[in-house]
Amino acid sequence: MHSIPGRRLIISLFLIFLLLPIYWLVNMSFKTNAEIVTTMTLWPHQPTLENYRRIFTDESWYSGYINSLNYVIINTVISIAVALPAAYGFSRYRFLGDKHLFFWLLSNRMAPAAVFALPFFNLYSAINLFDTPWAVALAHCIFNVPLAVWILEGFVSGVPREIDETAFLDGYSFPRFFVKILVPLIASGIGVAAFFCFMFSWVELLLARTLTSVNAKPISAIMTRTVSAAGMDWGLLAAAGVLTIIPGALVIWFVRNYIARGFALGRV
Amino acid sequence: MDKIVNQKAWFLVLPVFAVVAFSAILPLMTVVNYSMQDTFGNNQFFWNGVGWFKELLDPSTDLGGRFLASLGRNLLFSAIILAIEVPLGIVVALSMPREGWTVAVCLVILALPLLIPWNVVGTIWQIFGRPDIGLLGYALNSLGFDYNYVSNEFDAWATVIVMDVWHWTSLVALLCYAGLKSIPDAYYQAAQIDGASRWAVFKAIQLPKMNRVLLIAVLLRFMDSFMIYTEPFVVTGGGPGNSTTFVSIELVKIALGQFDLGKAAALSLVYNLIILIVCWVFYTVMTNVGTERPEKKGAA
Repeated sequence: MHSIPGRRLIISLFLIFLLLPIYWLVNMSFKTNAEIVTTMTLWPHQPTLENYRRIFTDESWYSGYINSLNYVIINTVISIAVALPAAYGFSRYRFLGDKHLFFWLLSNRMAPAAVFALPFFNLYSAINLFDTPWAVALAHCIFNVPLAVWILEGFVSGVPREIDETAFLDGYSFPRFFVKILVPLIASGIGVAAFFCFMFSWVELLLARTLTSVNAKPISAIMTRTVSAAGMDWGLLAAAGVLTIIPGALVIWFVRNYIARGFALGRV
Repeated sequence: MDKIVNQKAWFLVLPVFAVVAFSAILPLMTVVNYSMQDTFGNNQFFWNGVGWFKELLDPSTDLGGRFLASLGRNLLFSAIILAIEVPLGIVVALSMPREGWTVAVCLVILALPLLIPWNVVGTIWQIFGRPDIGLLGYALNSLGFDYNYVSNEFDAWATVIVMDVWHWTSLVALLCYAGLKSIPDAYYQAAQIDGASRWAVFKAIQLPKMNRVLLIAVLLRFMDSFMIYTEPFVVTGGGPGNSTTFVSIELVKIALGQFDLGKAAALSLVYNLIILIVCWVFYTVMTNVGTERPEKKGAA
């Protein structure tokens, strides 16, 4: 009754549609460039790890991953740290301008990155943060902090207010209550929020590319430069692409039940 | 839950306010400042008033023509992908297995495209679609279609749209699935007793229950597709010609390519204003529908 006729066929076809392009990328990453350019083969006939070996031994490649991880981690830590108390505030109290503030946060989550590219470039150049992971981490806060606040607010609202009141009656101070009781109660929510902050910072290209030049260049920017170069190294590009998918693919299993919630800003 | 009025809560919110204000209000003020001025280099600025805005909204000028053309393309793009992704997402959500390990596998595979970096999504489709090395391009050309997204406008559009469907339909499907799962079994049992057809079940039970998540999905997809930059930039670079140059791509061209501060700033503000209006609708929906729900429960 829940479902429609032919549902097995429909879902199978759709999943194949999703997996086919990814398979092609993985397939390419194990081929030599000679095989890619000269023949059309459905699987690598002479599988090679050469593309991956080059990425892991060439500093200009693997430093890209380290740079990306750097700003992504800084950004996730900042976002969660500032969003936790705010989520509690929004969930429990009414105060002057709370609704306007909540809306303003959302509007920043939705603001086009292209609008901010140029002013960010000027701002971070002016305060000497240009081309450091801090510039990108702070820039990504514009969409990740609101996201974390919205997601965490949903989880905090799921904790009954009686728990707060009991803790305060038991003589807990506010900071102690926060760390000892509230944080463990919404641990899964913090995990989900951290995952989404990590993800959205990891997938963003425009700001990360605009705010770095040499020292902090993220892997996504290194990849686009290779695309625009004259001689295309398809195998290497594919291998680099596969490696950027791995962090998401590793943790996806643990958050599979929360994905809809995270993308809908904790409102589903 | 009734909230207590407590102005001290501002202290809890202050860090967020400070961080976001630093990266939102400061740059936005810079944009407002630029949008009113003109420069002839050497950091000399001249007051230009609303000149840039007049030019922006006048299709006969170069700037206005480019802006309105890219806006039109972007709206068309958003309309097409919504028309494909929303029905497809509903169908996929309805086709999800009911229970067992296959549910988890389906959820993981569905979520996979959502977690791929946007430029890699572009790279994947570039590699997949090229007539010489891509499976899709090669297959289409062997079947006799003259498919080449680099030189043919229609093919470029088709590629960008299929890519977006590939990338984001899962989001609609996952949201709808979450909505469907919240329907109690009793509803279906009642429908069975009444002898309702599948279509009647869908129309009378499933669709109304999915209303809220569908609205969220439509608004999220509209806003994200309206801001799309990375994926078409990597695959087509906005071409052939200007045929896939959407608003964000045009804006980055003007701002970072030509360094035309005044024009870029004016465009940014108008662009942001459109997003802000849609965002307000989104916010109203999110908060209002949430408060309506307990009443409905009480009536049922």
